[in-house]
Amino acid sequence: MNVKGIVHKYGDNIDTDVIIPARYLNTADHQELAAHCMEDIDKEFIHKVQNGDIMVGGWNFGCGSSREHAPIAIKAAGISCVIAKTFARIFYRNAINIGLAILECEEACDKIQNGDEVSVDFDSGVIRNLTRNETYQAEPFPDFIKDIIRSGGLLNSLKK
Amino acid sequence: MAMTMTQKILAAHAGLPEVKAGQLIRAKLDMVLGNDITSPVAINEFEKAGFTSVFDREKISLVMDHFVPNKDIKAATQCKQCRTFAHRFDIENYFDVGKMGIEHALLPEQGLVAPGECIIGADSHTCTYGALGAFSTGVGSTDMAAGMATGEAWFKVPSAIRFNVTGELKPYVSGKDVILHIIGQIGVDGALYKSMEFTGPGLKNLSMDDRLCIANMAIEAGAKNGIFEVDEVTMAYIHNRVKRPVTTYAADPDAVYEQTIEVNLSEIQPTVAFPHLPENTKTFDEIGDIPIDQVVIGSCTNGRLSDMATAAEILRGKKIAPNVRCIIIPATQQVWKDCVRLGYMEIFIDAGCAVSTPTCGPCLGGYMGILAAGERAVATTNRNFVGRMGHVDSEVYLASPAVAAASAIAGKIASPVA
Repeated sequence: MNVKGIVHKYGDNIDTDVIIPARYLNTADHQELAAHCMEDIDKEFIHKVQNGDIMVGGWNFGCGSSREHAPIAIKAAGISCVIAKTFARIFYRNAINIGLAILECEEACDKIQNGDEVSVDFDSGVIRNLTRNETYQAEPFPDFIKDIIRSGGLLNSLKK
Repeated sequence: MAMTMTQKILAAHAGLPEVKAGQLIRAKLDMVLGNDITSPVAINEFEKAGFTSVFDREKISLVMDHFVPNKDIKAATQCKQCRTFAHRFDIENYFDVGKMGIEHALLPEQGLVAPGECIIGADSHTCTYGALGAFSTGVGSTDMAAGMATGEAWFKVPSAIRFNVTGELKPYVSGKDVILHIIGQIGVDGALYKSMEFTGPGLKNLSMDDRLCIANMAIEAGAKNGIFEVDEVTMAYIHNRVKRPVTTYAADPDAVYEQTIEVNLSEIQPTVAFPHLPENTKTFDEIGDIPIDQVVIGSCTNGRLSDMATAAEILRGKKIAPNVRCIIIPATQQVWKDCVRLGYMEIFIDAGCAVSTPTCGPCLGGYMGILAAGERAVATTNRNFVGRMGHVDSEVYLASPAVAAASAIAGKIASPVA
């Protein structure tokens, strides 16, 4: 599985309240959630983002609430993959369970700049920065998790 | 192989003689929890996947607490969806308006969670029940849906940090100050993916409400779970609440911990977390004059009876500062009733506070106390992220009920210690 897109880069400790503020949690509609994704720290994000784009964070991405609305909003906004140095654990689970691709790679997060074009190969964990002609290696997922992602999320994997 | 408390509970629930850190397991669940925000997403997934039954109607809790009594039409629709689901599957522990409380105060109070159990909840503060010596962790809605259908969840067995608790808390210092102190020390990802295991001779000096508050905020250090060794305080708390037999687990003496951190309760001071992260902690020698607009006393962190008692003691015969709104939210119907019975309600109202029925409302910026741009609140809640209680240019300072009550009277962030 491969994706390619333009990077939207943010800092450390991007929390679920800025990914999708709780004032919008009175709905579970994916597109409605996407319309408010990141608005408290980046009002332009939802206007700039193109289908397939990539989000890059720092340490502890997705910290805070357990709201699955956060990875849902990111995915529904068109983001194909989130790369961070580390993910907060509930966000990590939720992303896998709903089939939003994520990778942990410190070097990629340090070197990739906002607006770079990047491609990601999930099977190998190789991240290519096409703008800077650099390559970074992320730890690929264990097979157990690859299985969930390949099935299209946790519930589909349980039905097998 | 030697195991931590958490690892022993996980091994028992996975049907394995032992587990080790990093191992992926599938564990049986004793309770699956959801609220009015996360359950609708879970119900949608449950139905989309075509499940037609739940694993155990007595081991699911649905608590309507975030936006109830319904704050708007959309919130009403979400609660209606939960209500319909609860009726369809005859869910035993469905808590609606009039019976509900803030989930993490309600479940321990009602004896629905017990030592040695394995619990997931689609709410990050599900880690609260570790106070009782359970393995309990927050998950998302898809995990909740799978848990309701199968009674199982996948876990990566965590490594652990041990907190060796000694000493005794000073007056007006509580569990909230302890956990803020710890998060200030190790940071918001200081325990990422790990267990925080609390043990040591000082545990006996921590009440169950203090422990619930400390375990509640383990997630604020990134932890998978916080857990307390079971002792007489635990057994006294569950007596008359938990009717089923319980199994308790203690860590092996040679269990492997990544780190041991000493926590001397006697040295802990009233502590405040400044915007916009719970790790930005300060004690009063570092806090100057910071005027405030609002105080919130409540939440799954600090809405229990002892929190109300502390607030009442400080507010008795006093008035809230003229430019401050003070909102008090007892966390459950029982706590509310006890506040009436013990005369706290009269103290709060005479002081000029607004008292609400149980709700998570203002903690997550839902309703019932939203901040305008430029406003500042002292809150006994658990998060002070950008925009958490309202406008992106508002500020939340996290503190104990004692600090919050003292601040409400002073009109600025104030220490309860004279």
